[in-house]
Amino acid sequence: MKTRVFGAVRVVAIGLALALAANAVMGSAARADDIRIGQYVSLTGTTATFGQSMNKGVTMAIDETNSAGGLLGKKITLITEDDQSKPEEAKTAAIKLIKQQRVVALLGEIASSRSLAAAPEAQRAGIPMVTPASTNPKVTQVGDYIFRTCFIDPFQGSTMAKFAHDTLKANQVAILKDVKNDYSVGLAEFFEKTFTGLGGQVVATESYSEGDTEFRAVLTAIRSKNPQAIYVPGYYTEVGLIARQARELGLKVPLLGGDGWDSEKTLEIGGDAVNGSYYTNHLSAEDPSPVVQGFIQKFKAKHGEVPDAMAVLGYDAGRILIDAIKRAGSTDGAKIRDALAQTKDFPGVSGSITIDADRNSKKNIVVLKIEGGKVKFQTSIAP
Amino acid sequence: MSTFVQQVLNGLAWGSVYALIALGYTMVYGVLKLINFAHGEVYMMGAMAGYYVGRWAQKAELPMPLRLPVTLLGAMAACAVLGFLIERFAYRPLRQANRLSVLITAIGVSLLLQNGGQLVFGADPKYFPQVLSYSEVVNTGGVVLSNIQLVIMVTAVALMAALNLFVQKTRSGRAMRAVANDKAAAQLVGISVDRIISLTFVIGSVLAAAAGVLVGLSNPKVDPLMGIMPGLKAFVAAVLGGIGNIPGAMLGGRAARAGRDAGLGDRPLDLP
Repeated sequence: MKTRVFGAVRVVAIGLALALAANAVMGSAARADDIRIGQYVSLTGTTATFGQSMNKGVTMAIDETNSAGGLLGKKITLITEDDQSKPEEAKTAAIKLIKQQRVVALLGEIASSRSLAAAPEAQRAGIPMVTPASTNPKVTQVGDYIFRTCFIDPFQGSTMAKFAHDTLKANQVAILKDVKNDYSVGLAEFFEKTFTGLGGQVVATESYSEGDTEFRAVLTAIRSKNPQAIYVPGYYTEVGLIARQARELGLKVPLLGGDGWDSEKTLEIGGDAVNGSYYTNHLSAEDPSPVVQGFIQKFKAKHGEVPDAMAVLGYDAGRILIDAIKRAGSTDGAKIRDALAQTKDFPGVSGSITIDADRNSKKNIVVLKIEGGKVKFQTSIAP
Repeated sequence: MSTFVQQVLNGLAWGSVYALIALGYTMVYGVLKLINFAHGEVYMMGAMAGYYVGRWAQKAELPMPLRLPVTLLGAMAACAVLGFLIERFAYRPLRQANRLSVLITAIGVSLLLQNGGQLVFGADPKYFPQVLSYSEVVNTGGVVLSNIQLVIMVTAVALMAALNLFVQKTRSGRAMRAVANDKAAAQLVGISVDRIISLTFVIGSVLAAAAGVLVGLSNPKVDPLMGIMPGLKAFVAAVLGGIGNIPGAMLGGRAARAGRDAGLGDRPLDLP
């Protein structure tokens, strides 16, 4: 039995090795007339709408460049790997894209936990990586090849804390966070820091894990502390249910959140229960600026739906990367990195983008309100 | 105090769901000595089937009181077929194989349903149709009990009572107990073991489907990966009640959850 299993393992191992070798040879001999850009996104799994939206945005950016004559006289080939919304798969996907597909740069991920899992691979291989929407500060601290085209969570958390304290006049809030998620934990921390600094009080801190559907226990515990608002820095998959169950238990106070709420699904699953809630986001679809409205029209014509923020950020990240390769005049990793670092006042759809010394972007943030099943623009705050 | 009562109620309602899923684990383990890891996915398929039947019931404008029973029965029928097919094509060919092979096959079926589900239904979560409109049965002194929670508890108890009657009083039930006790001896006295095993899978799957619909009703978000965690937690509940032991699974589900919610409501650990 033992030898039989071992024999089988050996056959599989040899087969794999051969396949890898063949792939590597073919990869390196890849047509020299294209520029390969890789993206690892969550097309399936728990936060699939993030990856699907990002993919639509990135694909649009690359298609536009290709139909306008390509980049450095070559066509761009986009190679997509699905990471199933899992950090360990994100890491595998990044390795696959770098080692087998020999991409010159990486785009991904939306979720900070997954960007954090893959970023060290990009850094080690000297392949520049641009994340469209991972807001946790640790992501770009991985190294000098990692960039982002969005704001970071200290800004996002403090904005909501100020909004809750100054505009909603709340003094006592509860926090309900996803305890296994870097984004959620970080955002909760930054919110609490600012909120208590303003003289407010966090009366309860509760947690859940991604994939939970039953929140009545933690909500009942929160209810006993009578908060004036509840900060839920989670993802759209859980927010709708949390809102519903809070209302059923008689908790009628506003829920507050971050850009992880940004999906049609929050409204669909939350229904009436999410009305009167607020969240911070990268942009508002109601923004009257011609750049935003023009993009929405273009996106609608192609995909038949209004883009969410992740689609817009994917589009911007793709264009910034293409712009950097163009300015670098080469597909060499270090040269693309230097060009990315020099990005200044790039006219993105989500606002003007300048990469700072920490490889982050300073951008405006918007506060949105859900009202009557629609997302309404509330206010915009500059960094 | 009201917080404590509320937590026990929350726990009893949600624990009923675990109990229904745990029954499927425990019954299959009883007759086959197999941990059917695909069971959580059967529960997911029950919720998905409920989603489609419920939407149809809304579109066909069935009278409101009929919608829930129709959704429940539709999902149960779909999962009965699924449970039969899984046993027939995944496990029966391995009846004589060693137990590790069967266990690995169970994990394979589980992955097949998770990923196949994402392919067929789409990976994004879906909003479960409200086939029962929400109302409050009790709302006094800070304790809220909704009609949905009540329906969950009543349906679960009714299904478990029916199962108990079936296992204790009917010929097939007796045959099932005989197979669980000693497969070879059961065969010798003329019991068709394969038929009984099929029946066990069908019943377990029907109960899981009911759990899926009840969860859809109370937590209206269904997606192809929703079976993973409840599957594991119900497995824990089944083990807690002594796996292979039917009343144990019923109690295990509730005890685990009610205990967690009442005692650990302030600091929920990753317990069932």
